[in-house]
Amino acid sequence: MNEYLAKALEPAGVIIESVIAEAAPLECVVLVEDRFDADVRFANNSTTTNGIRRERRVIVAVFHDHDGGRAVGIASRSGQVDARELVEATRAEARRGAPATDASSLISSSAVASDFDQAPGETDLSLFGSLLGDLGDCFARARSAKQVLAGFATHEVETVYLGTSTGIRLRHEQPTGSFELVARDSTGIASTWVGRGTENFADIEANAIYDHLAERLRVSTNKIDLPAGRYEVILPPDATADLVVDLSGAMSGREAEDGGNVFSRGPGETQIGERLTDVPFELSSDPSLPGISCAPFLMTAASSADVSIFDNGAPLRATNWIRGGVLEQLCYHRAGARRSGRLFCPPIDNLRLELPGATKDLDDLIRSTKRALLLTCLWYIREVDPATLLLTGLTRDGVYLVEDGEIVGAVNNFRFNESPLDMLRRVSEVGLATRALSRESGEWMNRTEMPPLRVEEFNMSSVSRAI
Amino acid sequence: MASLDEVFLALPLEELDAVALERAQSKGASAAEIRIEELREQYLVLRDASVEGTSDDVEIGVGVRVVIDGSMGFSGTVELTKDGVARAVDFAIEAARVTAKARGRRVELAPEPSYGLVEFVGPFEIDPTSVPLDERVGLFTAWSEQLLLAPGIDHVTASLHSVNENKHFANLAGTVANQRRVRIHPVIEALALDESDFETMRTTAPPVGRGYEYLLGSTWDFESEIASMPQLLEEKLSAPSVEPGIYDLVIDPTNLWLTIHESVGHATELDRALGYEAAYAGTSFATFDQLGTLRYGSQLMHVTGDRVTPYGLATVGFDDEGVKAQEFDLVKDGVLVGYQLDRQIAQEAALGRSNGCAFGCSPFMSPIQRMANVSLKPAAGVGPTTQDLIAGVKNGIYIVGDKSWSIDMQRYNFQFTGQRFFLIQDGKIVSQLRDVAYQATTTDFWGSLVGLGDRSTYLLGGAMNCGKGQPGQVAPVSHGCPSALFSNIRVLNTKQESGR
Repeated sequence: MNEYLAKALEPAGVIIESVIAEAAPLECVVLVEDRFDADVRFANNSTTTNGIRRERRVIVAVFHDHDGGRAVGIASRSGQVDARELVEATRAEARRGAPATDASSLISSSAVASDFDQAPGETDLSLFGSLLGDLGDCFARARSAKQVLAGFATHEVETVYLGTSTGIRLRHEQPTGSFELVARDSTGIASTWVGRGTENFADIEANAIYDHLAERLRVSTNKIDLPAGRYEVILPPDATADLVVDLSGAMSGREAEDGGNVFSRGPGETQIGERLTDVPFELSSDPSLPGISCAPFLMTAASSADVSIFDNGAPLRATNWIRGGVLEQLCYHRAGARRSGRLFCPPIDNLRLELPGATKDLDDLIRSTKRALLLTCLWYIREVDPATLLLTGLTRDGVYLVEDGEIVGAVNNFRFNESPLDMLRRVSEVGLATRALSRESGEWMNRTEMPPLRVEEFNMSSVSRAI
Repeated sequence: MASLDEVFLALPLEELDAVALERAQSKGASAAEIRIEELREQYLVLRDASVEGTSDDVEIGVGVRVVIDGSMGFSGTVELTKDGVARAVDFAIEAARVTAKARGRRVELAPEPSYGLVEFVGPFEIDPTSVPLDERVGLFTAWSEQLLLAPGIDHVTASLHSVNENKHFANLAGTVANQRRVRIHPVIEALALDESDFETMRTTAPPVGRGYEYLLGSTWDFESEIASMPQLLEEKLSAPSVEPGIYDLVIDPTNLWLTIHESVGHATELDRALGYEAAYAGTSFATFDQLGTLRYGSQLMHVTGDRVTPYGLATVGFDDEGVKAQEFDLVKDGVLVGYQLDRQIAQEAALGRSNGCAFGCSPFMSPIQRMANVSLKPAAGVGPTTQDLIAGVKNGIYIVGDKSWSIDMQRYNFQFTGQRFFLIQDGKIVSQLRDVAYQATTTDFWGSLVGLGDRSTYLLGGAMNCGKGQPGQVAPVSHGCPSALFSNIRVLNTKQESGR
C-alpha cells in the first residue's frame, strides 16, 4: 500500500517545500487546497441528509524546457501525498510532452505572505446551531399552515496555499455559504423560493425568510393563467444573476477570436471596444469588493482556453468587462494576451452588474409598474445558439402578475428563450445592485451583486405546467 | 483483463472497516456503512491539434454514514488513518444528532440481506487512466489534424475524459463489497465559418463503461465518423433554416437517450416524486399516487431501469447501500409501473426493498438516490430499421446527436436541439436543416410515439455527469434505445426565437 496515505496530514507549507525541493532544478507550481465543509438539507418539513467533510487536494505542475518551447506535467492527489511520486509523475509527463501553447515564464516573488504558515480555516455544524432551532420552528409553523418547506444550508472554508519554485508563497482563506428555502402549499399549486449567499450565516434569519415566503404563497391563492408570448418582466437581483453569470461565462477571448462565440467579429477578431447596449451598464469583477471579496491572486489547477497554469500567483485587479455599455475586456491568459495584443485578463471569483447612479430597489420597480410579470428565479438554463447566446430555461418558484403597482396574483410558469445580451439591450429600468444568488449557478458563482431589472418583450416561448 | 486493483486492495480496508463499524455500533448506531474509494480521473483537451489542458487527479478518501436514534449522519475525510476514520464516525454521529433538532420523520432503511464478501469488476481490457498522456495526445492530435486538413474546417476541439473507480463498501449487516469499474468519453467537434455565421458538428460516440480499447477497436467506428464530418458540416452551414411548425420526428438513439434521461429517468425517481428534491432538482409530475395508473405514453412504450447492463455507466454489482444490482420496469405498455429507489425511500413508501439506486459520487458525498440505466425497449422481431421509419414519414425531420437540453422542475416541459437535422419529405431525406429545436410536454410527447426501431437500431447512449442533490453530485448513467418515430411534435426555429 501507499504508506503516505496512512500518515496524518502534514502542514501545507511542508508539502510545498518538499515538492519544490524534489522537483529542483526544474521549475514547479504547487497548490494545496484544504477544505472543510458542513451542510444540512431539509424537505417535507424535516431535516434530511447532511455532511461534515475534510478534504485536501495537492496539485503539482512541473515545467521542462525543450528546444521547441516549454512543456508542463500536471497531477493532483488527495490526502497525505508522496512528494516524490507526484514529482516523478509530472516530471515524466513534462519531459515527454509537447511545448505548451500557453507557456510563459512563471510569476516570481521574493516575499512570503505573512499568513502562509497559518493552519487552514475550518467550519462545522455548530455554525448552524441557532439556524436549526429556527428551522424547527419554521417547520412547525408550516405544518400548521398546511405548507411544506424544503431547502439547504451549506458552509465551507477553503484555504489555498500556493508555492512556486520562483519564490511565491501565498495563502488565501475563502469562506462560502448559502441558504435556500422553498415553501410550497400542501396541495402543490404554488411554490416560492428565497436564496441568500453568506460568509458566516450571521445574516440569515430563517423565520423572517419564511415570513416573506408565506406572504408570496398568500398572494398565490389568486391563480392567473397566461399564454406564451413576449412580456414586460421584472427580474429580481437573483434572476438577473441567473442570466448574467451565463453572459460572463461566454467572455472567452480565444473562443471569440476562433469565431464561435457571441463576442466574435469574424475570424481572429472580437467585439472588444464595441457598444453592446445603449444602457450604460458596468459589468465588473474586483477581488476587494466589500461583502463579496475573493482571492486577490490567480490559482488554477489546469490550463484552459483563457486560463493558464503558468499564470498562478498573478495579482488580480478590478476589471471592467463592460463599461458604459461597451465591451471592454474578454478573458485572456498571458500567452493569449501576447498573441492577440490584448491585456492579460484572468477570471475573478465574483461578478457585479450595475448602472452607475441607480438607486431604486425591487419594491420601487414593482410600485411603478403598470402591468408586468415579476419573476423569482430561473432554472435549467442551457445555451441553444452560441452565435446569439440564446439561452433556454424555465421560470421557477413564483411568477407574479403586477398591475398598477401591486402584485395581484400568481401566474403559471413559462419556458423562455432569451439571450442575456439582447436582454440588456431591452432593459427599460435598472435598480441598485445588491447581493444576489443565482438559483442554478450560485453553487459555483456564489459572490454576485446584481440589480433588479425591468425588461421589455421577454420571450416566454411556451407555458410550463410545472409548479 | 479486468480485475480488482491490487494496489487499492492493499489499503488497510478491513482495519478501517473495523474502526468505523465497531465505533458506530458502540455509540448506538442502528445502521452504519463505510465506503473507501479511489477515483482516478483524467481530462485531456486539445484545440486545433495542440494540447490546451490536462489533468490527472487521484481522489482517495473515506465516507461514513450512520443511522442513530432515527436520524442519519454522514462524514467524509481524506484521512485514511484509524484516528481519521474514528473522527469521521464521531462527526457523522454528531451530524445525525444536531440535525435531529429539526427532524420531522424518523429515518428507517428498507431491509437488505447480507451478502458477505463479494466483488464486481466491470468488463474492460485497458484501464483508460493507465494510458500515457503522450499516447492519448497522439491519437487525438491525429484525429484533429485529419479534420483540420479538410476544406472548410476552421477549428477543431477534442477532449477525452477517463475514469478508473475503485470502491470498497462494508456495513453492519455484514456485506463487504469490493468493486472496480472504468469509463471513458471522447468528444471531437469541428467548427466552420462563413462570412457572417458559423456552425459546429460533434461526434456522436457515447460515453461508455469500457476501457481505452473503445478508442482503438470496432465498438464505434471513429474513423468513419470523423471522415464524414467535413461534408456533413459543409452541408449544414449552407442548409436552409427550419420553418417552425408541427413535424413528425424520427429520433436517432444518439439524440433520444437524452430525452429519455430527462423526461423518464428523472421523473421516475421516487425521492423527487415524494418532495425530497423540491428545493433543487425538483419534483415530478409522476406522483406516487399515480403508480399503476398514469398514462405516460403510447402502448409501445416499455422503459426499464437497471444496474446490470454490460458496459452501462450506472452498472455495478452492489449499490452504495449494499443493495444487489437489479433490473425493473418503470413504464410498461405506456403506464407508470415503477420508480427508482434507495433504501430510505423504499421503506418510506412501503415498497419492501430498494431496487439498488443509491450512489455517492465520491467518498466525501453521502449516497443519495441516483439514476439507474433507464432504457427504452426496441420493437420485437426484425424491423423496422431507421430507414423504414423515415420511409413512413410524409413531412418530418430526422434528428441525430444531442446538443442543448432543458426541462422543467416537474419534468413536464422540455426543449432539445441536436447535432444534425435532416428534412424528410414523402419518405425521403431531402437535405439538412439548421436552427432546429423540438419542444413538448412529456406525456404528450411519449403519447405520440408511433414507431419503434428494432434491435439493429438500438444504441446505449449516456452521460458522465448527470447532476442532482445538494451539495451537487454527478453520476454516470447510460440509456439504451432504438430509433423511434413521434408524430406531430412542435419544432422551433432557434434564430427566430432569439428575435433575429
